[in-house]
Amino acid sequence: MIRSTNLPLFITLMTFVLAYALCASQYPAMLSGRVAANLLTDNAFLGITAVGMTFVILSGGIDLSVGSVIAFTGVFLAVVLRDTGIHPVTAFALVLLITIAFGAAMGSIIHYLEMPPFIVTLAGMFLARGAAYVLSTDSVPITHEFYDVLQGLYWKMPGGGRFRLIGAVMLLTFIVAMIVAHRTRFGKNVYALGGGAGTAQLMGVPMARTTIGIYAVSGGLAGLAGIVFSLYTSAGYSLATVGVELDAIAAVVIGGTLLTGGSGTIAGTFFGILIMGLIQTYIVFDGTLSSWWTKIVIGALLFAFIVLQKGLGWATTARTIPATRFAERS
Amino acid sequence: MTSNSVEPVLRATGISKFFPGAIALDEVDINLHPGEVHALLGENGAGKSTLIKCLTGVYRRDGGSIFLAGEEINPRDTLHSQSLGIGTVYQEVNLLANLTVAENLFLGRQPTRFGLIDHKRMRRETDEILLGYGLEIDSSQLLSTYSVAVQQVVAIARAVELSGKVLILDEPTASLDRDEVNLLFAVIRELKARGLAIVFITHFLDQVFEISDRATIMRNGRVIETCRIADVTQTDVITMMLGRQLEAVTRERVHGTAGDVLVEFKGYGKRTVIEPFDLEIREGEVVGLAGLLGSGRTETSNLAFGAMAADQGEVRLRGEQVRIGNPREAIALKFALCPEDRKTDGIVGDLSVRENIILALQARSGWLRTLKRAQVQQLAEHYVRALDIRLASLDMPIRLLSGGNQQKVLLARWLATEPDFLILDEPTRGIDVGAHAEIISLIEELRKRGMALLVASSEMEELVAYSTRVVVLRERKQIGELHGAEITADNIVRAIAAEEEAA
Repeated sequence: MIRSTNLPLFITLMTFVLAYALCASQYPAMLSGRVAANLLTDNAFLGITAVGMTFVILSGGIDLSVGSVIAFTGVFLAVVLRDTGIHPVTAFALVLLITIAFGAAMGSIIHYLEMPPFIVTLAGMFLARGAAYVLSTDSVPITHEFYDVLQGLYWKMPGGGRFRLIGAVMLLTFIVAMIVAHRTRFGKNVYALGGGAGTAQLMGVPMARTTIGIYAVSGGLAGLAGIVFSLYTSAGYSLATVGVELDAIAAVVIGGTLLTGGSGTIAGTFFGILIMGLIQTYIVFDGTLSSWWTKIVIGALLFAFIVLQKGLGWATTARTIPATRFAERS
Repeated sequence: MTSNSVEPVLRATGISKFFPGAIALDEVDINLHPGEVHALLGENGAGKSTLIKCLTGVYRRDGGSIFLAGEEINPRDTLHSQSLGIGTVYQEVNLLANLTVAENLFLGRQPTRFGLIDHKRMRRETDEILLGYGLEIDSSQLLSTYSVAVQQVVAIARAVELSGKVLILDEPTASLDRDEVNLLFAVIRELKARGLAIVFITHFLDQVFEISDRATIMRNGRVIETCRIADVTQTDVITMMLGRQLEAVTRERVHGTAGDVLVEFKGYGKRTVIEPFDLEIREGEVVGLAGLLGSGRTETSNLAFGAMAADQGEVRLRGEQVRIGNPREAIALKFALCPEDRKTDGIVGDLSVRENIILALQARSGWLRTLKRAQVQQLAEHYVRALDIRLASLDMPIRLLSGGNQQKVLLARWLATEPDFLILDEPTRGIDVGAHAEIISLIEELRKRGMALLVASSEMEELVAYSTRVVVLRERKQIGELHGAEITADNIVRAIAAEEEAA
């Protein structure tokens, strides 16, 4: 039997399989390795962002700053690589440091000043976007041979598609995140926080370390997503990735994570991303539909999943196992 | 087992705690021996929770010292006291429903292998620990899949694993049914045999007599007595808790004859909350609800008002069957309820006195038909005068008023709806003596006007003063009723304590 914990993940998975089957029945070409490879490559930056967002939402918080952080990262890299002789790897390290510190700072404010994450990260969103504008208001192209090397890395897929480096980075991020979420004390503390901050504190969860850690992870992964995005577009533009934070939240929720925190999986988010990517791909295949249909379908899916979560919540609270299995004791 | 030759595992002497304007604990001494269940008894505000909070470091104590196994300790917070050896389990299970049983038991100290959590070992160890409590469950399931009793045992297991010397159980049985209580008691006996000192806080005296070895009775921040349970009776304990000299105070009572039956509850109840009861209230009658805390007074009032939906029984209003599923329906039937905790359930602190008064009336007439400003003003002024509410202006926020005046505003709110049936839950809680007397005479006044009243109170003398009848509750069950001259504080206490009369 599927446990109630895994039910949302299962439903997400079934939704994906069903949707893919539906698409494939209409356009058999969608079953090709090329489509699969593109699905991973095109959604790499969003996937990485959604991983960070999953941690944040699992803890009962929200991070609205990630879209801006991605744009900032892109512009930062473009400007640094254009104006200085720094090697991209050093620039990557530098920008990751900045974004991790940025996330940690937001986490500190949330924890120590007891501010709602919504407001703090909203401020972070404006800050990061503003910082990107200060660096450059134009789209700055990135022309560095190391970028060409990285972009040239790919694995041939059966059926002719190219599984590029950034897709691999996303997969790796998901695998590491799964281990962190389910097999480390930090991961369990994230769930504990989402289950109830007051109780978690009483049970000895290090609140400051966990909260700051969560937003640092989200910031750092947004930075990584920014690097991936700059590899994807070969440019940095301060107006890019507006609203990506909302796409990430949508992917997390479609992936079966409870918006109130405490329940959900990283794997679910992965399929959430794939579902969103699939809808986009379908629209490209169709060719006649407006791309706004993506939004409409995602909106409908979100509603469906929210209702589903509510239903599952009722179902699980209605059915508790009574204490009948106590062994007799004298 | 409780002989005094054994060195106490925890010894607290002269514990004092002051709050602004009040002494919460006054030189309290308490000794806990290994392998004993020690009941901590007292009515609300006696200082039980404050004492526990001082012992576990939630509050800083203002005086006295605590020795654990002979060494002086100064717990900074619950975590610190836990690491020292004092574990606490509360009525609301302080565990995380979204984690598995095993994760709850091991949160923060999960066994790891190569830096990663070893789920298999964690589950195995959890199963072993829980088996020690006679609990055989799938520990990889979410905690929320199990009943409160199981969760309670898991909470106890965690506290014992972390602490292991003293276990404080704060009303652990409040939300359990009888079978579950038995299971919990089996666990407590097991722990007692292991040599833990267990503090048991509850309002259920039967349970105290069933499981405890000794009891400390507190009143008004002082220890009244520490005694062996075997040496006292329930009546002794209740007398000490309530602190009344039980002389018969028979008052001449001039209660007019009651009118027709207004409301009638038949077999009305809700599972695990209150057992089905029959109750009829006549016009011009005050029915008092007596009983210790947790006996079901508040539950009865809430049920009667629909604040909690009943799952069995029926209600008749003037002989006609009606439905009270929620407070709105009750208000429509001209019912009114002044809740026990006015801070959380009653007043809207930042709204003005005037707005607080018309709230219920406005709610009944609907939001579209707003009351006229002049009418509101007139109503507010009328009740402020009638109830002698002292305030600087009708526009001041109600939170600035004193407790007694807030209570009167609440009363005014419901009186403004001109109810036929008024339910008051602890109408004199936390207000000063003068206001106290006024509320009592007001109840008398309303009765004379032909209103039917149901008043729940923990103050015997008060019940004696205004009740035409007193219904006695115990362990969420109606166990008796006193009429006319029978109503004395002495008789009420006796009825609460008497077990034989329960049938």
